[in-house]
Amino acid sequence: MNIMFWIIAVITLGSALLMVLNKNIFHSALFMVVTFLGVAAIYMMLQADFLAAVQILVYGGAITIFIIFGIMLTVRGNMKQTNLFSKNAALAGLVSLALIVINAIMVLMTDWPVSENAPPVETVGHIAELMLTKFIVPFEVVAVLLLVALLGAIIIAKEVKKTS
Amino acid sequence: MIGLNHFLVFSGTLFCIGLFGALAKRNAIAILMGLEVMLTAVNVNLVAISRYVTPEALVGQVFAVFVIAVAAAEVAVGLALIVAIYRNRISVNVEDFDWLKW
Amino acid sequence: MIEFALNNAWLIPLLPAIAFVLIVLVFRPMPRVSAFVAITCILISFVLAIHVGIGVIQGGEKFIEEPLKKAVTWFSMSGLKIEMGFQIDPTSAMMLFVVTLVASLVQIYSIGYMHGDKGFSVFYAYLSLFAMSMLGLVIAPNLLQMFVFWELVGLCSYLLIGFWWYKYSAREAAKKAFITTRTGDFGLLLGILLLQIFFGTLDLQELSARIPNFAEYGLTAGALTLIAAILFLGPIGKSGQFPLHVWLPDAMEGPTPVSALIHAATMVVAGVYLVGRTLFLFKTVPGAMAFVAFMGAFTALFAASIAITQTEMKKILAYSTVSQLGYMMLALGAGSLTASMFHLMTHAFFKALMFLGAGSVLHAMHNEANIWKYGGLKKYMPITYWTFLIGCLAIAGIFPFAGFFSKDLILEVVWANSTLSGHAHGPFQGLYTLLFIMASLTAMMTAFYMFRMFFICFHGELRDKHAHPHESPFSMAMPLVVLGILSVVGGWVGWPGLGEGKAFGYFVRMGEFEIVHANWFLIIMSTILALIGIGGAAFIYWKNAVSHEELAKKFAPLYKLSFNKFYIDEIYLWLIHNIIDGLGRLLWWVDLVIVDGIVDGVANTTKVLGSVFRRMQTGKLQHYALVLFAGIVVLVIIMSFADTSVASLSLIGGGR
Repeated sequence: MNIMFWIIAVITLGSALLMVLNKNIFHSALFMVVTFLGVAAIYMMLQADFLAAVQILVYGGAITIFIIFGIMLTVRGNMKQTNLFSKNAALAGLVSLALIVINAIMVLMTDWPVSENAPPVETVGHIAELMLTKFIVPFEVVAVLLLVALLGAIIIAKEVKKTS
Repeated sequence: MIGLNHFLVFSGTLFCIGLFGALAKRNAIAILMGLEVMLTAVNVNLVAISRYVTPEALVGQVFAVFVIAVAAAEVAVGLALIVAIYRNRISVNVEDFDWLKW
Repeated sequence: MIEFALNNAWLIPLLPAIAFVLIVLVFRPMPRVSAFVAITCILISFVLAIHVGIGVIQGGEKFIEEPLKKAVTWFSMSGLKIEMGFQIDPTSAMMLFVVTLVASLVQIYSIGYMHGDKGFSVFYAYLSLFAMSMLGLVIAPNLLQMFVFWELVGLCSYLLIGFWWYKYSAREAAKKAFITTRTGDFGLLLGILLLQIFFGTLDLQELSARIPNFAEYGLTAGALTLIAAILFLGPIGKSGQFPLHVWLPDAMEGPTPVSALIHAATMVVAGVYLVGRTLFLFKTVPGAMAFVAFMGAFTALFAASIAITQTEMKKILAYSTVSQLGYMMLALGAGSLTASMFHLMTHAFFKALMFLGAGSVLHAMHNEANIWKYGGLKKYMPITYWTFLIGCLAIAGIFPFAGFFSKDLILEVVWANSTLSGHAHGPFQGLYTLLFIMASLTAMMTAFYMFRMFFICFHGELRDKHAHPHESPFSMAMPLVVLGILSVVGGWVGWPGLGEGKAFGYFVRMGEFEIVHANWFLIIMSTILALIGIGGAAFIYWKNAVSHEELAKKFAPLYKLSFNKFYIDEIYLWLIHNIIDGLGRLLWWVDLVIVDGIVDGVANTTKVLGSVFRRMQTGKLQHYALVLFAGIVVLVIIMSFADTSVASLSLIGGGR
């Protein structure tokens, strides 16, 4: 368990870092997939199998496809040097590093009210029940949001006819 | 023993790596990728706290599902924007996108 | 009827106001109807005023001690109560009578004089508005109402002087009159405000009760003198006293009936009336009295010395008006409300008469203003001649004409205040002696310049061979006759011998009624002085015993000084050109360099700062996000250094 966590954590964070540092946007996208899969593994470790499946399906599948479509629609030809740092990279790195440290300190300083109870073995049914009873309104809103986003994306991406 | 702290530090670090990507890259799609990583890190946070603080409630997981749905919507709209901008400017370099200034 | 008139005196100013509104809104295209409406209203007012007068005379002592006052509250707040209403006492009753009488006659006269003028209806509207304002001023029970109507009167004066607005000189004269009087009005307003601040009321009766105890209200005699002097600025402007008299002669650019109504009989005496109304204030402090008296006497002498050499009939009359107003002020300054108001009344009669006569002459001579073009008008216009002669005799102070009584009374009260009488007291006796001499001199000069004009105009040969003078129509001659009769008999009401309950001085007075015993020395002296003046004028201008041109050459510097009105206008012009323009230029510079400099400096600083700070606004979202997160880091660092406890971290989300 411990070793598994460390291995997964290192792979996930490492691939995330590589995703960020890579100069080839396509390679970055591939490392992103690894990161998402690593997070799915983390979900498994947290006994959230349903979410792990959703993570793989949505992130590892849909969003990755989206991103790669985006890359293909914008950057063509040579993929080298397509994913460079901007001028404020150093400052951004500094801020990110500081935030990592701050986050770690704050997490460690905090006394979490950890419960000893075991999570239910079967989660999908519970989640479904929650989503369709207690959280029915957010559920429907998210459905509408997805529809709106779908339409919005189509309208935004559609070629604008030049009106004189 | 791996506990809540480990997962929280892990998710925080993942968030910051995503943040770094979002702040430091030139390519708009790379920024979008960074944002996705950040959202994922938040999800890890939600799930971990749900697992360790209220293991039997599963509310955190429900929320994570919502976040995933929103993230999917966001990436769709974001990519549409990038494509639209690219069509106008033939560039995905955010340093060219400075229309917010004077 | 008398009771009704007394209780509804507010109708007297209201009727002309109704006429004004009706003419402006309805009857403007119908000149005859306009004149009819205006004259009807003013005549009804006149009848009411007569009934008020009768009521006051019958009431006798009652109205002198306790004026009939009716007022409604206009607005009030703590420490300030403003009323509108009317106050009837002998003084205001007398003024109501004089104003409505002269206004009626002038409006009748205008039928003939303004016949065929394009603005005939408008003229009557203005005359009605003026009558309303003047009557409102007269009956005002408090200083604020008085000030409101005072300003309205000034406005009417402006409108009527500039009535022939297509004439450049008329326009300029109207502006000059308005601005000059307004200068004085500022002082008046200040004075009124000071009175309100210190005494907490503007009601005339309450003020008269409070002001003698000025020490209780935290004022010294010097401060009260100053307030009185500031208040007196208004009358100086309105009544054409010395430094601000310049507008009155120029105001003769207006139609002659206007000159008669406004600039001789009624409006210009508003200043005298105001001082008369607030005489309790001036009487409290002898310094203010001496100031008023000196201003009056100086103006009288000064204006008379200018009038001697003028060549336009109306200008001479204008300066004569200024001079006579000075006389009234002098009477007030000598502490006699009676003498002042008496002279005001008789002056209204004979000066209106002379102005209307002058209008008649101008009408006959087709607006030729220069008296040297006239001559021998006696045989062409007998009514005008005889009435004018009455006016001249009256103003010269020849027995038994009206001016004799009033002028003599003024000389007597000044005499009583001077060392000459032997029983005067107070610190200013010597000054009053000087003023008495000035007043006597003025009397002689008045007789001289009046008869100079009279002989030049009406005797000798007609100098302008192309003119065809003719007598004026009935509507113009009738007022002349009425005023002529009043100028003859008007003075008798002031004969002290009438005694208690009958004499003018019994009703219009401040303080105890004293039977003034005839001072034969004064009577004879003033008559002799007047006769010298008349004789001199006859000698030079009628008999031509001495060439007036030779005289003018002989005394060239004096003649020029007088002819050019002591260069007062030029001095004002120089002052305005140099001092005021210079001040303006200085302030312009201050505005341009300092004020604008500050404003521009602020703007430029902002601009420079903006041009620096706008670099921060790169327009790139990434930068903004970076700043956001860097801000979080900085905040956390600051908080953790400020207080290392978990509690402070919990502020930003950590801890529990």
